[in-house]
Amino acid sequence: MIDVKGVHKSFGDLEVLKGIDLEVEAGAVTVILGPSGSGKSTLLRSINHLEKVDRGLIRIDGELIGYRRRGDKLHELRERDILRQRSQVGFVFQNFNLFGHLTALENVVEAPVSAQRRKRSEVEPFARELLERVGVGEKADAYPRQLSGGQQQRVAIARALALKPKVLLFDEPTSALDPELVGEVLDVIKELARDGSTMVVVTHEIGFAREIADTVVFIDDGRIVESGPPKEVLDNPVHERTRAFISKVL
Amino acid sequence: MSTTSVTSASGTTGPPATAVPLEADLTVVARRHPWRWVGVGVVLVLLAMFVHGLATNPGWDWPTFFQFFATRTVFSALWVTVQLTVYGTVLGFVLGAVLASMRLSGSPFLQVVAWGYIWAFRSIPLIVQLLFWFNIAYLYQELSLGIPFGPEFVHFSTNNLFGPLGAAVLGLALHQAAYAAEIIRGGIISVDAGQTEAAAALGIPKRRQFFRIVLPQAMRSILPNGANEVISLFKGTSIVSVMAIPELFYQVQVIYGRNSRVVPLLMVATVWYIVLTTLLSIVQYYVERRFARGTTR
Repeated sequence: MIDVKGVHKSFGDLEVLKGIDLEVEAGAVTVILGPSGSGKSTLLRSINHLEKVDRGLIRIDGELIGYRRRGDKLHELRERDILRQRSQVGFVFQNFNLFGHLTALENVVEAPVSAQRRKRSEVEPFARELLERVGVGEKADAYPRQLSGGQQQRVAIARALALKPKVLLFDEPTSALDPELVGEVLDVIKELARDGSTMVVVTHEIGFAREIADTVVFIDDGRIVESGPPKEVLDNPVHERTRAFISKVL
Repeated sequence: MSTTSVTSASGTTGPPATAVPLEADLTVVARRHPWRWVGVGVVLVLLAMFVHGLATNPGWDWPTFFQFFATRTVFSALWVTVQLTVYGTVLGFVLGAVLASMRLSGSPFLQVVAWGYIWAFRSIPLIVQLLFWFNIAYLYQELSLGIPFGPEFVHFSTNNLFGPLGAAVLGLALHQAAYAAEIIRGGIISVDAGQTEAAAALGIPKRRQFFRIVLPQAMRSILPNGANEVISLFKGTSIVSVMAIPELFYQVQVIYGRNSRVVPLLMVATVWYIVLTTLLSIVQYYVERRFARGTTR
């Protein structure tokens, strides 16, 4: 489903990704762990072409993301094509990034109407259904500022689902939440995992990773240190750095 | 409030055995501010003196004021002032929006050009600039449309193209554009970058990202500053009187030049400026309320 090959990325002199290879199967849940600054968010953002990679390829469903290959050169796609590709990928941000001047319902309806050119009247019932599904159905007409952090993040998840994406990407979805609100958001993500969505989740919640991940990937210093089923990586890590990290966050 | 008689726990040196409220039930008395009342008194006396003066001082010459306040001459002058304001505002903000988008663009060349424009037009006093436009025919007698450095298709005489009113509008608009550009740019960069990023991640088209997501939120900070500019342009039109354009201020000058009643005629202009500024402020209130959706302040 997602195929990442030899991805490199630098910000100025700082090389953040130093050659990442990653494969995600359809319907699988991949959890990316790693210390802050290890490059895990950058990797996630490159999958959606929110960051341009310097070297390497990213494919979703066989389609090259962000570039067109001509001979041995990669030409960056036109904005319009990039936006079309992005509408097949749902992205959930750490800071929710809900549109502050739109209600919860309008936030969810916006992308299907403007990116997929569907009729508002036809999208609205579906959007209400999504809000219901993430447990904020009664907040459809509330503005983001009137919602708690947990409710905002659940609206953001509904907004990402509205495009019926092939893949869902979560960038530390609970890091900006008060501790007592983390559970309600994780429950929604678990529910999605159970329904067989393909997901990549960057998180610090080890317990959550153990519960939902098919594959855990540990990244440090721009490289994948080890990856495998949670039982192996979390309970019997081979690498010293993985062991040190897990003992710190547990 | 409940009161209880307090008995000392030790029973030896307790307080007097009268009814005293519990500590938690004590009444709160706010601090007094006597000097505020003195201030209010002083200001009220001064205000009363001013109003009394307005009514009784014959220098204000209210009969003359009312004689001219609603005359045809004053109305047509007011209409010129309104036209200057509307055209100056519309052209100024359109050009300002273009300049703001140049400064926010990824092209260093366009950024520098826009920056240079803003630098230049903020540096030149408006009155100096207006006099330049008024004398533009001295520099360029003819303007023509054609291919740059190539053949020309249409010719205009500069003086026919810019009447005095056109020159005034152009001057006001070019001046306004420099300020409008910075206000619009300020509004746009005040919107969190996460908003554009979220819109991009959802695949929302570029143009709609701007008009549907960024601009409505930028309007929150563009509007108060923008309204300030419109009001200041409205009053700034009085500068155009140096070009002998029959706007409000020029017209009252003409009238008091004839009848020497300077003060009442200045009051005619003043009251009209106040009336229209009040109207603009009311419009501002409602427009701002329209863009305040989803905010707490």
